[in-house]
Amino acid sequence: MLSYDIVIVGGGSAGLSAAVAAHDAGTGSILVLEREPRLGGILNQCIHNGFGLHSFKEELTGPEYAARYIQMADDRKIERMLSTTVLDVSPKLVVTAVSAEQGVFQIEARAVILAMGCRERPRGALNIAGCRPAGVYTAGCAQKLVNIDGWLPGREVVILGSGDIGLIMARRLTLEGAHVQCVAELMPYSGGLRRNIVQCLDDFDIPLLLSHTVVGIEGKKRVEAITLAQVGESLRPIPGTEKRYSCDTLLLSVGLLPENELSRQASVELSPVTRGPLVDESLETSVDGIFACGNVLHVHDLVDFVSEEAAHAGRKAAEYVQAGQERRPRREDELEVRVSGGVRYTVPSRISPSSMDERLVLRLRVGQVFEDCYLSVYAGEKRIVHRRRQVVAPGEMQEITLRRSQLEGLEPGSHLHVLVEGE
Amino acid sequence: MDVMELICIRCPKGCLLRVELEARGEEPRVLSVSGNSCPRGDEYARKEICDPTRAVTSSVPVRGCALERMVSVKTERDVPKGLVLDVVNALAGIELKAPVRIGDVVLANVCDTGVNVVATKDCLA
Amino acid sequence: MNERLYDVAIIGAGVSGCAVAREVSRLRLDACVVEAEGDVCCGTTKANSAIVHAGFDAAEGTLMARLNVEGNALFGELSRELDFAFDQIGSLVVCTSEEGRPALEELRDRGVRNGVPGLRIVERDELERMEPNISDAAICALFAPTAGICDPFGLNVALAENAAENGVEFIFDAPVTGVSKSEGVWELCTAQGPIRARVVVNAGGVHADELHNMVSEQKMEIVARRGEYELLDTTAGTHVRHTVFMLPNEMGKGVLVTPTIHGNLLVGPTADDIDDKDDTRTTAAGLRAVVQKSALTVKNIPFRETVTSFSGLRAHQSAHEFIIEEVADAPGFVDCAGIESPGLTASPAIGRMVAGIVRRILSPEERRDFQPQRKGFANLNHIPADEWNELIKEDPAYGTIVCRCCRVSEAQIRDACRRVPGARSLDGVKSRTGACMGRCQAGFCTPRILEILCEEIPDMDMEHASKCGPGSEYVVGKIKGSLEGGGQRA
Repeated sequence: MLSYDIVIVGGGSAGLSAAVAAHDAGTGSILVLEREPRLGGILNQCIHNGFGLHSFKEELTGPEYAARYIQMADDRKIERMLSTTVLDVSPKLVVTAVSAEQGVFQIEARAVILAMGCRERPRGALNIAGCRPAGVYTAGCAQKLVNIDGWLPGREVVILGSGDIGLIMARRLTLEGAHVQCVAELMPYSGGLRRNIVQCLDDFDIPLLLSHTVVGIEGKKRVEAITLAQVGESLRPIPGTEKRYSCDTLLLSVGLLPENELSRQASVELSPVTRGPLVDESLETSVDGIFACGNVLHVHDLVDFVSEEAAHAGRKAAEYVQAGQERRPRREDELEVRVSGGVRYTVPSRISPSSMDERLVLRLRVGQVFEDCYLSVYAGEKRIVHRRRQVVAPGEMQEITLRRSQLEGLEPGSHLHVLVEGE
Repeated sequence: MDVMELICIRCPKGCLLRVELEARGEEPRVLSVSGNSCPRGDEYARKEICDPTRAVTSSVPVRGCALERMVSVKTERDVPKGLVLDVVNALAGIELKAPVRIGDVVLANVCDTGVNVVATKDCLA
Repeated sequence: MNERLYDVAIIGAGVSGCAVAREVSRLRLDACVVEAEGDVCCGTTKANSAIVHAGFDAAEGTLMARLNVEGNALFGELSRELDFAFDQIGSLVVCTSEEGRPALEELRDRGVRNGVPGLRIVERDELERMEPNISDAAICALFAPTAGICDPFGLNVALAENAAENGVEFIFDAPVTGVSKSEGVWELCTAQGPIRARVVVNAGGVHADELHNMVSEQKMEIVARRGEYELLDTTAGTHVRHTVFMLPNEMGKGVLVTPTIHGNLLVGPTADDIDDKDDTRTTAAGLRAVVQKSALTVKNIPFRETVTSFSGLRAHQSAHEFIIEEVADAPGFVDCAGIESPGLTASPAIGRMVAGIVRRILSPEERRDFQPQRKGFANLNHIPADEWNELIKEDPAYGTIVCRCCRVSEAQIRDACRRVPGARSLDGVKSRTGACMGRCQAGFCTPRILEILCEEIPDMDMEHASKCGPGSEYVVGKIKGSLEGGGQRA
């Protein structure tokens, strides 16, 4: 059986960054498994710019950002197998994969980093009633058709969901010759970045209809029309507000879900909120030696933060491997991170102060829009973080940096509490 | 004096900018910018009022590459906002031949803007 | 114009038509299947509960009851012969009140009279062990061990392939718009030109009445009864282990909750008679009803795992009986109509029965070289590594996964295109290989499958690659295709 210190499942932004960081932390034997014939993952089809301001201090397109990391992996001669699909990761860290070249084969790993990314919620997840014709695409599927394959999926387009991919595709399709009639959003606020509303919708006079949803799809063979209706506070359609739009294409940009089928097979405990693994300060999952990072862990807005998080996972996996049998018993001082007051989740969700670095980035999302508020962290009764925020919204991931000194000396069994406060 | 609100698009943060303008004459003049959390916001607001520009990205077909059918491209710098559609239009009909490297000029001086359209992806032969 | 004179022309390439075709192909006859759509399995067979019923439901003494029980008994052997998926998981009819018990016992007794083996009533304790998620209101249930689930697409395709291998011709995109007879020969007027045959079998599903009424004074009416379903992800696939029905009561007929052969959970159907026989839309009210009614028998169904909703049409005839006979005032025209549930279960028996009628009319010889075996598509979900490696050694494309949700490789998709009758559209690939049925609902794999279709099918290009035939194309042209252009090479 093949054997590597670290096997990384996925060669997208998370997997590449984890590989580079693990290598730089001194692990020589690393293998990246990628199911596509090229490294870079979803960045390859994100040809718009706006990536890398944080990591590289310049504005790059998706393929350029990917190319930087691919170059780093090449420079370090990190091994990779392309067009290789991972079939199973066992709790004992045996990875089973298949490729045309090698057939079905197994690899023994001392640590595994899960970096499979996420997938789009399909139409069924929304249960939109109506016909099931051709012409209903997830935004990512349309993006692949347009950017990778060079095909225009339709001429008259309505987009449901104002997540960033939906906004980006509104502009992209407009530029390539389609007419985007509107973008409808169920919530009273957009799920995408504000700047994308400006440069993808406003620039092209594409209306954004907040508190609207699709209530009907017509067309037996291909989409002929869709019906939008306004929704009330309960998010249910308001009768009488229906409006019909003649179109041949409906694009769905209605959310991303971490792709955790392999994690489940490996018996990794998942969060019902993020649907990604529950991890500790090292981004290690509930299964010893299995780490997770990037969109498989929780869906990010910005690739820069994926890279940063993945680098952390890579370093920690390297430390794990290097410690080997010598690893000290862990987690006796573990603190559970609880959330309330508008905070939906944090990553990580448990922290062992003795195992953490000097600083730890806690990433979180809120469940609704708050203005003029504070993000607070309590350790027991004591408030240890109190950060003012102009606006926090579900579409924008928040970060809080914790210092080890803030967490030391807490009673065993106590917890951290993260919440949004008015003052 | 007029007041305008803009959302800065220079970074993902999307600061809400408040711009005070002198409304006299044809050319608006920016008196002050507030709400920005970095100097790029100030610069963006002044530019957006007087001379709005955008970067343009697209893709064009490539021949002779086993892996890729399309090469992604971008304008090397921003072009005037009013020319965005013309820039994409100018790319219609262009077909590249592999190999293409990141940064290769795909279309020089697009629409007489003085800006080159360059490849953003490596496509090996 | 097709000058050939067929012995038998079978209208409809659903499961009934293809079952008939396969049975007819045992005989020395020139046969064809004439289908309105571009592929097999496009009508009622495409969207139903995929249940192999035990046979206690239909009234005693009816053809429906007889063919249901016969069909059920044939399924195991047929699934081995034709290599399609079938799993005898058993079914439960759940009773939620003591007042309902007599009706449940009556159902059992009817089943016994129909010849259904192994029926028994299980009480709450045992029921709970069999189905931990059974509704708290359930007091007992009728257990039918011979009930099962199958892959209806797989069955339909398998029957068609086997019929084709034994010489039956398939004529697609040929809706029949007229039927006439002259000098003892039937002539079907179709979009592919006239088709002449000595015997016509009408397996036209929801349109069987229109065909029948073209030749007979005794008018028939088939109503399209729409049923809406929700399909949940495989993560919810073990929520129940048997097919769970509700004992009809004053709350109505209820909906069934069942695992599917692909490992998903299926909930439905509703029942609404509709006017437009092609209207397979789902409705907000119907999908709400599915959710509400399912709770009467099964608790905590994780509807948030829903991957798709769909609706199917049943060809309902007012007497609720199969009509399988030579039409009295149209000799040589054989109806195979009113085939609603349990039509899928009965299909093996329906095929035999119709072939028997054809045999009586034409008195053909048996075909000695009839090949009963058909090899199914590889299923990479349940294959030992060494067998998979054998496949890859023969064709490396078995190692390239295209549909990650359902683990379908490039080789299976190519295989689907190369067979006869082969896939001509994405839905054709889907029904043969199971690709696109998973949680991403074709979001990831559509572009690649379309490319493979273009590579495999002569004269196919991206602009014509479709979901289910002409009119359902996926792309409208190249990007920038509608722009004026004017760029020149740098």
